[in-house]
Amino acid sequence: MKRFVYADNSATTKLSEHALEAMMPYLTDNFGNASSLYSLGGKARAAVDEAREKIAAVLGASPREIYFTSGGSEADNWAIKGAAEAGRRKGKMHIITSVFEHHAVLHTLAALEKQGFTVTYLPVYENGLVRVEDLKKAIREDTCLVTVMYANNEIGTVQPIKELGAVCREMGVPFHTDAVQAVGNVHIDVEEQNIDMLSLSAHKFHGPKGVGALYIRRGTVVTTLINGGAQEFGRRAGTENTAGVVGMAAALCEAAETMDERNARNKEICDYIIDNALKIERSRLNGDREKRLSGNVNMCFEGIEGESLLLLLDFNGISASSGSACTSGSLDPSHVLLSLGLPHEIAHGSLRLTFGDGNTMEDAEYIMSVLPEIVGKLRAMSPLWDSIKENEK
Amino acid sequence: MYTEQVMEHFYNPHNMGEIENADGIGEVGNPKCGDIMKMYIKVEDGVIVDVKFKTFGCGSAIATSSIATDMVKGHTIEEALTLSNKAVVEALGGLPAHKIHCSVLAEQAIKAAVSDYYRRKGIDPTPIVGEIHECEGGSCANCH
Repeated sequence: MKRFVYADNSATTKLSEHALEAMMPYLTDNFGNASSLYSLGGKARAAVDEAREKIAAVLGASPREIYFTSGGSEADNWAIKGAAEAGRRKGKMHIITSVFEHHAVLHTLAALEKQGFTVTYLPVYENGLVRVEDLKKAIREDTCLVTVMYANNEIGTVQPIKELGAVCREMGVPFHTDAVQAVGNVHIDVEEQNIDMLSLSAHKFHGPKGVGALYIRRGTVVTTLINGGAQEFGRRAGTENTAGVVGMAAALCEAAETMDERNARNKEICDYIIDNALKIERSRLNGDREKRLSGNVNMCFEGIEGESLLLLLDFNGISASSGSACTSGSLDPSHVLLSLGLPHEIAHGSLRLTFGDGNTMEDAEYIMSVLPEIVGKLRAMSPLWDSIKENEK
Repeated sequence: MYTEQVMEHFYNPHNMGEIENADGIGEVGNPKCGDIMKMYIKVEDGVIVDVKFKTFGCGSAIATSSIATDMVKGHTIEEALTLSNKAVVEALGGLPAHKIHCSVLAEQAIKAAVSDYYRRKGIDPTPIVGEIHECEGGSCANCH
C-alpha cells in the first residue's frame, strides 16, 4: 500500500498546530507594532518579551542575550561578520571553522577571506567529527572567532561542542555554533557547553519559516549587521515579527518537552532503516553511527545516482533528499560527503532521510519495503554498477 | 521541474538493457560527473534495427537515453548521425537549463556507438562521425 512519508525534516518541518494557534492572534486582531506606545502595541510587546524569556529558558540563557533574526542564515552572518569586524579593530583577522559547515557559514567566511581574513578549516575525518586537538593546534594569537556547527545538516553528526567551547574559553576566543539542526533535537545549555554565540531557526523544529535567533553571551563583542531602528536592544533593526517569534517560542517549548520521547522513537526508526539498508550490498552509512542526530539517516548506494533515487522514492510517496550534484545544479556532489573522503562517484549516490514529529515505525517499514527494489532497479540500468561487479571478479 | 515526457521516459524507460553481439557499443560520460551513458546498436543493411542503453545518472540522463534510442531505432546510420541534442530536448518537451548536458551526452553516446561500428569494420569513423566529445571528469564545457 502506497503511503505518504515526509522524511526531509532537516530541510524543513511542518508547523506545529500548537504554534499556529499561538500565532493566530498576532496575525489577526493583535497586529500592533511592538514598539508603539498604545495598548495594541503593548500586547505585541508583551508577547515578544514572553517569547524571548521562553527561548532563553530552553537554552539556559538570559532573555537579554536572545536576539531575534529573520532566520538561521542571518544569525550566522551576524555572528561571523560581527565578530570578525570586532576582531579587525583589534588587529585579529584569523577565524577557525570546519570544512563541512552550512553554506551560510562557508560563504560568509569566503566573503571575509576576500576582505583579507585568514580562515583555517578543521578536517572532519571519515566519521564526520571535528577533533578537539585540531582546534587547539589551530588557535593563534590573532584568532578572533571559532565557529563550528553543532550538528551537521546532511549527515547529522553532533560535534563535541562543550569541549570545543572549553578550548575557546581557555584561549579567550569567542565561540559561535550554528545550531540550526540541533536546537529542539538535543539538550542545549549555553552555560554548561561554553557557547558564546548560537544560531537557531524556527522552521527546523516545527516553528514558522522566516524567523530565527542569535544568542549572544553578555560581553561578547559583535558589531551590528542590520542597521536601522532600535529594536532588539538596539542591535538588530526591523519591526518585530510578533507572530513569528511567538510561534517559534511555542514550537521550541513543545520540542523541548517532547524531545526525549521523540528522540527515542526516531532512534528506533533510524536503527531499523540503517540496519536493513546496510544489508543492501555496497551500501554505507555516512557519519558516526552513535554521535549523530537521532532522526538522521545518510547513506550511499554505489553504482546509482541520488537524484534518480529521489524521483523513484517520490513516485512511491516518500519525500527525501540527496547530496547528489544533480539535485543542486552544480557539478560536484555535496561538500559534506566529499569532506568525509568519499570519492565523487560514491557521493553522487547518497540518500538523506530525516525524521521528526509525526513519523512512525510504519514509515520506516514502508521505506524499507520499497528502497531495496528501487536501488536494484537503478543498478540494473547502470553501466557503472556493471563495472563495479566486473571488478569484483 | 521535469516535463511529463521526461518523467514518463524516466519511470518506464524504452530500450533499456544490453545487446549481445552488438555491432557497435559507445560509452560517454564519467562517474566523477555522475553521468555515464552506454549505447549498443545492431545494424543490418545500414539500418539500426535494434538499440539498447544503460545509464548511470539523474532522471534526465535516463530519460534522454530512452528517447534518443527511440529516435534512432529503425533509422539508417546516416539519419542517426543527424540526431541533435536539441531534437532530444524538444522531443522531451524541454529540460531545465542545468540538465541540457544530458541531451548532449545522449547525442554523443549514439555517435560513439556508430563510431565503434565503423571501427569494427575497419573504417576510420572520424571523417564520417566527427570527434566524439570525451568527458574528462569535470574539465569539459558540457558538464556544468
